[in-house]
Amino acid sequence: MNKLSVVLLLAVAILLLTAMTLVVVPYRQFAAISKEEGLADYTTLQQEGRDQYVSLGCVYCHSQQPRDPGFAPDGERGWGRPSTPGDYAYDYPHQLGTMRTGPDLFNVGARLPEANWHYAHLYQPRSLVPHSVMPSYPFLFERKEQAAPGDVVVKVPGSPTTGVLVARHEAKALVAYLQSLDHTYPSTFIDKLANEESKK
Amino acid sequence: MNGTVLRLVLFTFLTGMASLITLIALLSRDRKSFGPAAARVIFEGKEEGQVEEPASPSTLSALASAAGTHKNSTVLKGGGLSDEELEDRVRADQSSKKPVLWFLLSAVFWLAFGSILGLIVSLKLTFPDWLVSHAAVTFGRLRPLHLNLVIYGWASMAGMASTLWLIPRLAHRPLVQPNFAVAGAVLWNAGVLLGTVSLFVGVTDGVEWLEYPFGVDLILVVAGALTGVPILTTLAKRKAPHLYVSAWYLGAALLWFPILFGVANAPRLHFGVEHAVVNWWFAHNVLGLWLTPFGLGIAYYLIPKVLGRPVHSYGLSMVGFWSLAIFYSQVGMHHLIGGPVPTWLITVSIVHSVMMFLPVLAVAINHHSTMFGRFSALKHSPVLRFAVVGSMMYTFTSFQGSLESLRVVNRLTHFTHFTVAHAHFGAYGFVSFELFAAAYFLLPRLLGREWTKPAWISIHFWTTLSGILIYGIGLSIGGILQGRAMLDASKPFMTSVLVTIPWLHARTVGGLLMTIGHLVFAANIVRMVVGERVKTSLPRAEVAS
Repeated sequence: MNKLSVVLLLAVAILLLTAMTLVVVPYRQFAAISKEEGLADYTTLQQEGRDQYVSLGCVYCHSQQPRDPGFAPDGERGWGRPSTPGDYAYDYPHQLGTMRTGPDLFNVGARLPEANWHYAHLYQPRSLVPHSVMPSYPFLFERKEQAAPGDVVVKVPGSPTTGVLVARHEAKALVAYLQSLDHTYPSTFIDKLANEESKK
Repeated sequence: MNGTVLRLVLFTFLTGMASLITLIALLSRDRKSFGPAAARVIFEGKEEGQVEEPASPSTLSALASAAGTHKNSTVLKGGGLSDEELEDRVRADQSSKKPVLWFLLSAVFWLAFGSILGLIVSLKLTFPDWLVSHAAVTFGRLRPLHLNLVIYGWASMAGMASTLWLIPRLAHRPLVQPNFAVAGAVLWNAGVLLGTVSLFVGVTDGVEWLEYPFGVDLILVVAGALTGVPILTTLAKRKAPHLYVSAWYLGAALLWFPILFGVANAPRLHFGVEHAVVNWWFAHNVLGLWLTPFGLGIAYYLIPKVLGRPVHSYGLSMVGFWSLAIFYSQVGMHHLIGGPVPTWLITVSIVHSVMMFLPVLAVAINHHSTMFGRFSALKHSPVLRFAVVGSMMYTFTSFQGSLESLRVVNRLTHFTHFTVAHAHFGAYGFVSFELFAAAYFLLPRLLGREWTKPAWISIHFWTTLSGILIYGIGLSIGGILQGRAMLDASKPFMTSVLVTIPWLHARTVGGLLMTIGHLVFAANIVRMVVGERVKTSLPRAEVAS
């Protein structure tokens, strides 16, 4: 047992065996779960917005996984029903998150459907939520003398009124993604589990 | 929990225990190489009973009497080695000079850069309108940059530097083919640099701990493989009668890392929640099976070597190694407790997180019993101070981690700053402190020079120790308050933000202290390498005063 090759071989074998439990078996189990029927794929703009969400690192403060009411009061906070694997069918890379410096966003589109709220909040979070610690994202906007046709003009409470504040394409995409975060449809997965439970 | 889940969990648990018992039974049959004699393999010639502290030659006699080694407390000429043995030792110690300097100097640069970014990130949470004019400096970009710089730039590179230097000592022969590792260091730097630029501009894989784009991942894997060549060849051609436990940890980590990194980064393989599962399988294993082995490998060598006495129980160190491999590799899912993940999977991880008590206890008994009754030695040895504090942090943070995996605790601490504090106790308080110890021990031996500013080492120690304590304790309190507020649905969400603010300021103070310590550490190393050359610290010159 004191041979280098034996020690290293065993060490590698242990990792590969345990990866069977933690990686391979779950892979097969998740692959067998079909997407939630109420879930729609992202539009091009929403997907672009999701890429912005990933690139700006929103996941470091916001989770996307409401938990079971028996475990934590996420539902009472208006964050939605517990999420199921089928809710994430179009999500790559995953953005489940491990931090709630800010609230869970899995159903933010249902909770805050107003586009202008999101624009103003991204431009200056403290204009809508006093004492918020979220960074402001002024680089997603530009200030113009006059709005051009097709421009989204953003009204920020308490902001100076010289010229107009216009959302850049990145902001439009990001807000479209945030609005798309709505998983309030009934879950076929949860229904199925409940059915199986009642049969026993 | 239903019957199937229970059976599955029981099955993995019993398999783990059975394999551990089988391994230990196999080990104990070979008493010669696993008894106390094997623990003495780190001592050559008459070294046992001799303290070794290259970082502070002037306090050797005081250290020797404080260490109260069982033979005697006089310091022998040449540290107990004959002239011939000493020549061999010096040759081995300096054989890794080029790659170790490459790895260590780069690591220290990335540490300084990474900690300054960490400090900025901490300030951004309390001054959210500071540095917001460009996406490159927004919180969500700088935070992963900090993590990747300190994990892949600092800890991984300093870990490989320590490994490259320790392997010749453990193998009792000079390093074979060091130039492979030099190439590895150059390439690893290229990877970290490219990764850093790409995260600044927002090109990211978007998954925590795995942000570097695939091209960068490939560079790191090739660089790691190149570095592994001299390490594994030297071990294979060893002259030492027994392969000391440190070599087990360091060697195994070198093989574990590419498996973890490769599986987790495989492009287009993962999807949805499965991606999250692989994410946390990787992220927890990279701590447990990559960074922890560096820390433990170093501590298992340095604590007994500085004191001149073997570890308390060598058999126990073997139990610790195998149980770490079996249990640590299955704990990652506790990061997804409460998430959309099957109960059986979470439960497997919780069970093994609790089983981690075993390897941690094995290491704790070994390290702390070796020190027991000799704590006054800490006064005279800067290396021992870093190594022993690091080892205490390991015990603390591991027990804390096991508790955090329990649902009742996790409910409170998950999604809060408490986890961030815990991660810093582990990756910083434990791993980085061991890496600091190794740097102070190896550089004088590598270069044949002395640390000319002992006060700077003290400043480094006290700033970083007070820094991590303020950071860790402050943020833990903040995290608990945050968790309590979040669980109370009658309170608005904003309450859970407001209660953390004072503790976020405390974190900044702690981070500032650590950053100051790192700059002093970096300056001291630069002095050592390019500054005044005082050539006195070879063991040859350490004659009893």
